[in-house]
Amino acid sequence: MMETINKRIFKDRLFTIIVVVLAFTACLPLLGILTFVIKNGLSAINVEFFIRLPKPVGEHGGGISNAIIGTFIVVLIAFIIATPVSLLTGVYLSENRKSVFSEVLRVSIDVLASIPSIVIGIIAYLWIVKPMKSFSALSGGCALAMIMLPVIIKSTEETLNMLPLTLREASFALGVPYYRTILKVIIPAGLSGIITGILIAIARIAGETAPLLFTAFGNPFMNFNITKPVNTLPLVVFNYSTSPYEQWHTIAWAAALVLLIIVFTFTLIARIISKKWKTSF
Amino acid sequence: MKNEEKKQNHNQEICHLNPDSEIFFRIRAFFRTQHSPADFVFRTILLFSGIMLFLLILSIFCSLIINSMPSIKAFGLKFFTGTVWDPVFEQFGALPFVAGTLLTSFIAIIITIPFSIAISIYLGEFSKSGAYSGLLKNSIDLLAGVPSVVYGFFGIFVIVPAVRYIQIRFNIAPYGVGILTASIVLSVMIIPFAASLGREIIEMIPSEIKQAAYALGSTRYEVVRHVIFPYAKSGLIAGILLALGRAIGETMAVTMVIGNSNMMPKTIFAPANTMASIIANEFTEAVSNLHLSSLIEIGVVLFIVTTIISIAGKIIIRKFAVHIS
Amino acid sequence: MENELLIVQNFYAGFGRCNILKDINFTVYQNKITAIMGPSGCGKTTMIRCINRMHEFSPGATYSGKILLHGEDIYSMNPILVRRKIGMVFQRPNPFPTMSIYDNVISGFILNGIKLQKQEKDKIVINSLKKVGLWEEVKDSLHRRGTFLSGGQQQRLCIARALAMNPDVILLDEPTSSLDPKSTLMIEKLLEELKQTTTIIIVTHNTAQAARISDYVAFLYLGELIEYGATKKIFTAPEHKKTEEYLTGKFS
Ligand SMILES: Nc1ncnc2c1ncn2[C@@H]1O[C@H](COP(=O)(O)OP(=O)(O)O)[C@@H](O)[C@H]1O
Ligand SMILES: [Mg+2]
Repeated sequence: MMETINKRIFKDRLFTIIVVVLAFTACLPLLGILTFVIKNGLSAINVEFFIRLPKPVGEHGGGISNAIIGTFIVVLIAFIIATPVSLLTGVYLSENRKSVFSEVLRVSIDVLASIPSIVIGIIAYLWIVKPMKSFSALSGGCALAMIMLPVIIKSTEETLNMLPLTLREASFALGVPYYRTILKVIIPAGLSGIITGILIAIARIAGETAPLLFTAFGNPFMNFNITKPVNTLPLVVFNYSTSPYEQWHTIAWAAALVLLIIVFTFTLIARIISKKWKTSF
Repeated sequence: MKNEEKKQNHNQEICHLNPDSEIFFRIRAFFRTQHSPADFVFRTILLFSGIMLFLLILSIFCSLIINSMPSIKAFGLKFFTGTVWDPVFEQFGALPFVAGTLLTSFIAIIITIPFSIAISIYLGEFSKSGAYSGLLKNSIDLLAGVPSVVYGFFGIFVIVPAVRYIQIRFNIAPYGVGILTASIVLSVMIIPFAASLGREIIEMIPSEIKQAAYALGSTRYEVVRHVIFPYAKSGLIAGILLALGRAIGETMAVTMVIGNSNMMPKTIFAPANTMASIIANEFTEAVSNLHLSSLIEIGVVLFIVTTIISIAGKIIIRKFAVHIS
Repeated sequence: MENELLIVQNFYAGFGRCNILKDINFTVYQNKITAIMGPSGCGKTTMIRCINRMHEFSPGATYSGKILLHGEDIYSMNPILVRRKIGMVFQRPNPFPTMSIYDNVISGFILNGIKLQKQEKDKIVINSLKKVGLWEEVKDSLHRRGTFLSGGQQQRLCIARALAMNPDVILLDEPTSSLDPKSTLMIEKLLEELKQTTTIIIVTHNTAQAARISDYVAFLYLGELIEYGATKKIFTAPEHKKTEEYLTGKFS
């Protein structure tokens, strides 16, 4: 504290400036990404883009309808597989907060959440692609489901843990059985939080590429058969952006734009739900 | 007297029923509350789904180990010291990729630290609400939501040319792609993650402590330097650790800009591969069993390393939270 | 004429290895208000939670002894049926946050999956709300959330919810401790009226309240029933020194 006041104030100012500059510099990539994606992608987007199949190199036009449908299929499979199990597990964890098995389960779920998505892809390959001898939408969906699981379980558990104990007591005191109390009182009271968690999980997996590389694999054609490979938007972005053709780069930008819109829409809806639709006690 | 006797009896009964553990009460409570078969079924389903999940994670681990057995048997520990990765001669040494992963994540973390801490301080201490912090917070949230393949794409078209420009200026072979490029893209990706963790940590610090320092006439810099940092140190380190875990496992963005070379990297400008990117590159092309199994062994290592890092980070944060409250 | 409705016999309860209630014996008479009073922590809440078998939800709950309702031991009955016959109102009002006022009143039926005709539902809702004096206040907003009401209104809604099931006994655990004096008075008046049709057991640590509304009083101290009897007698000539000390505020 030998420093003069002026020196201290100067240091404080300098510090403030450094913090502000660093903090806002870190946001520049967002600006960059948005500018690039919108500037380069918007030109390729038209009705054709959404309803046509991709064309071979050299031919103009073409679309990515197969990838949009494919993304939808893979995400739907993941949603159908992951949601019921994760809801039940989330309820289990919040109902049995202190048991030893719950602690073990919580650690396991942390482990699952920390597995790199490429390793999840390996698992789906070993468990589904290899026995079925074919890349498939199903294996891609399963890989994404494994990524979804911990996200939904965590958010469900946290939401339910926040509910006051008096809520369940009110129900029990009316002679309502346990399962009805959970299904008709506890889950409805936490519904907005649960749905928010599911939407965030969907936003998260919609953009996943790594686990799809050797599961959904990609497919230049339209495919509705879940035992066959499908194309997805992230795969289009990856394959087209790493190709040497200018024209494909444009398609990749446009696909990235569509992907960003999908991801941000889900995130936005999730936020609106968690803000607007709060259960008050 | 009679009452006293009864009380004694009751106590004895309980002691008799309770051989030093609560498990008995749990079991009895379980059966006493199971008067409706539907409840029993419901509780069983809940337990069953929990067990399923546990088994899933267990079998993921076992499955990875079993499938990497051929490679573990063939190379043993040499797998991690060998510098040659040659699918044609079935020679697999993973050291170049271990080095690639270590270098990229380490450099990425170094770049991330100042930015993420600046954001944490700005959002956690300087201005908790208001237009600018709202803007910053929303941008960070949006950045966190951008898929990694889009980061990779952005990297190819913005960061690769930028690095190439620098390389030309400094007379280095102008690949553009390489370890440094991958590190920069990685850092852009993990800054939002590290920053939001850091903000939570800084917000956890009780305000009385900061108020006390301000009341003594400290400047904001002094409060951050002498109060917040020492207090939040372990939490911030844990946040950085968790971000490191992210960086190690990240695949797509790295694969797209690292140059995909299986050689041992000589400089930070050299093209290379990380453990994750080699899997992404070669998994579908691996024809031989040993090649596939070697790639899976790399996956096992990734699994173990990220798990240890993330659990360590979480334990530190939990301890920090307990210490604070 | 006083009918014995509920008899507590040699009742013990506790948590884990810790005994809370020790050898409790008393009788609750039909259409009377029975108050349970005592310093906080003496086991009042535990006592009434045993009466509708809510106690067993607490982790490590233990109990032994008998509680007879109409001569039948509730601990040999299905707990779900016991809880439907013995309603409960909690210390803090807890209407279901996702339900409208209307649904809250008939929540006992909705949640138990009991189907009712629209007319029946209307009748139950109107009757119950009228009994608790809430009808005039909420008849125009029956389909708003119950959580929009004031604390006192919410608590009366919770009483209406319990009444809708037409229980033999209603248990109230310090129902007015989180309310303002005006709402408290309203609920006390309401209980006096309800006594015509149901039996009421109320926990209170407010001796004045017990004196005002109850017909019988039980005084619990450190988990033991020190004294039980007609309110008038206990408040004018308590037999035990402890009771007297408590009533004169020697300890609280
Ligand atoms: N769930 C529980 N687990 C263990 N002990 C408890 C539990 N609930 C209450 N107790 C203990 O039981 C005693 C009586 O509690 P309670 O019946 O709530 O008292 P009152 O309602 O008279 O204030 C208290 O000493 C309390 O610490
Ligand atoms: Mg109490």
